[in-house]
Amino acid sequence: MTERIITARWDEPDTVWVDRYLETGGYEGLRRALSMTPAEVIEEVKASGLRGRGGAGFPTGVKWSFVPQDTGRPTYLVANFDESEPGTFNNRELVERDPHQFLEGVIIASYAVRCHTAFIYIRGEFLWPGQVLDRTIAEAYERGFLGTDILGSGYDLDVVLHRGAGAYICGEETALLESLEGRRGQPRQRPPFPAVVGLYGCPTVINNVETLANVPHILVRGGGWYASIGPEKSPGTKIFSVSGKVNRPGNYEVPMGTPARVVIEELAGGVLDGKRLKAWTPGGSSTPFLMAEHLDTPLDFESIAAAGSMLGTGAMIVTDERDCMVEATRRLLGFYADESCGKCTPCREGTWWALRVLERLENGLGREEDLPLLEDLCENMLFRGFCPLVDGAVSPMSSTLKFFRDEYEAHIRERRCPFTDRPPMPAAADDPEPLTSEVPR
Amino acid sequence: MPVLTPELVEVAERIVARYPKGRERSAILPLLYLAQSAEGHVSREGLREVAELLGVTTAEVEAVATFYTMIRLRPTGRHVVSVCTNLACALRGGEDVHARAREALGPGCEEVTEDGMFTLREEECLGACDAAPLVQVNSASYDRVTPERVVEMIDAIRRGDPPRPSHGTFPGDFRQVSRILAGAEAARPAEPAEPAEPTGAGE
Repeated sequence: MTERIITARWDEPDTVWVDRYLETGGYEGLRRALSMTPAEVIEEVKASGLRGRGGAGFPTGVKWSFVPQDTGRPTYLVANFDESEPGTFNNRELVERDPHQFLEGVIIASYAVRCHTAFIYIRGEFLWPGQVLDRTIAEAYERGFLGTDILGSGYDLDVVLHRGAGAYICGEETALLESLEGRRGQPRQRPPFPAVVGLYGCPTVINNVETLANVPHILVRGGGWYASIGPEKSPGTKIFSVSGKVNRPGNYEVPMGTPARVVIEELAGGVLDGKRLKAWTPGGSSTPFLMAEHLDTPLDFESIAAAGSMLGTGAMIVTDERDCMVEATRRLLGFYADESCGKCTPCREGTWWALRVLERLENGLGREEDLPLLEDLCENMLFRGFCPLVDGAVSPMSSTLKFFRDEYEAHIRERRCPFTDRPPMPAAADDPEPLTSEVPR
Repeated sequence: MPVLTPELVEVAERIVARYPKGRERSAILPLLYLAQSAEGHVSREGLREVAELLGVTTAEVEAVATFYTMIRLRPTGRHVVSVCTNLACALRGGEDVHARAREALGPGCEEVTEDGMFTLREEECLGACDAAPLVQVNSASYDRVTPERVVEMIDAIRRGDPPRPSHGTFPGDFRQVSRILAGAEAARPAEPAEPAEPTGAGE
């Protein structure tokens, strides 16, 4: 197995303190960056081929190079630590175990785009990681890695930790900017893209925590070294967060392109109780489920897309033969209906109606016409929303309708969920709240 | 009596100063947390005072406050117990944990229990699926909680002896935590994260 890069220091608890971080090569990447011009730093990161780890996979160096430098306005860097995609928990552990590595990435990225005030947007529920970061930022100021004239380079940077307050949508970068500006977290029209018109209308780069954690290593060891790891188009390592029905849930860092089987069966110890794997998400609940037959798919952006899903955040939620996929889908649609920001109709209404249909299916009140109805909803939601939240809501529905249609049909036929011991619904029973246009809210 | 005491107004001014000049509005969420720390939830008066401090209307502050679930606009228990029942936690028994917590806390606990001690929330993914089922008390995380354990936790909090969370120390009640979330507290020393127990990080 190739060496671990961004989780290399995880086994040692003292890593959280700046002294230990420095002893293990910490802030060397920053020293190296400050000896280069910002443009050279961007070139190095471009050469690494590093792609954003937040889900979209956009090349990081290219993103940085889009920031115009002649606007006469400040440039901002925002670290997206609003980690909320169901099944995803690598950002949290990256910060809990090696907070200076992440902060060093923030400082280097800020230098590269000539930013002097960087924001870290952390989800409010991350109380402990936030306290860790408070302390980490304080240490960095004390040691001259933040503030004025950083390490005698003449470069100034302040970092502000900003806490969210419970809204999944704020992980979407333009909703995050709205939230950071003190508004409801509703996405903005793109274009213009944040690189040009972002925070406070100024050029802004938004990067995920895992993306930034890679940056110090690229500066120390070179873009060429990084590009040599994993597949050509998806270089580097990636942390996969494995959860659900596995023996050893946890974060596992492997080279991109590692077969999913290695992560689920070897690292995470395989399925609980020796049961058969039923389905898994490659990148969080917003990426279509894959099946056991896809386990040999290499975990990289291209291969997972070719298999019909998305690498997303690398969050692998695993279900086994005992789990009902209709119920799993109902649960996820409940999440999307809750978290829809309400701005656009396909998402606000689509998630709500889909949830109603899935609820009656799970409760044994499903009808033959419900499956075409759900497919119709998928079709009218996918790519019709203002932002990708609605596409995420379609993923579990469309993939379970494709792979587990027999389970849906069994619910309708038996008038019950076959995975529970609930009795069938009487033939005369009907949905107590039939679908009407009068939506109780 | 104003919600924001002179001490809190001073804290508020310090928070506002972290944002660029002319961008004071960015401090709405922190100041809502601050008002919440004073009252245990945010009242109309709290909204009004935050608006006044930032030079925006109360309606604008309310529009923001109603969007975010961690800003509570109704009376709330001294401790907020959140149980995740999203998919990863549900697969490991999160629903049973939630049901047992609900039973233990009794009627009305989704708003506030009769003794004013608790509010129960059924939560969406809290970003700790390796530790499923996850429970938070005032945003402090408790890993791998069983139905029996959640009842013990609730009893212990009732007795005034809250159990130690999986990371760090018990951060205090909902008001005290709201103050931390406002960014009002000086940085606390970070204790090392727990040793690399079950999570793997590769081999």
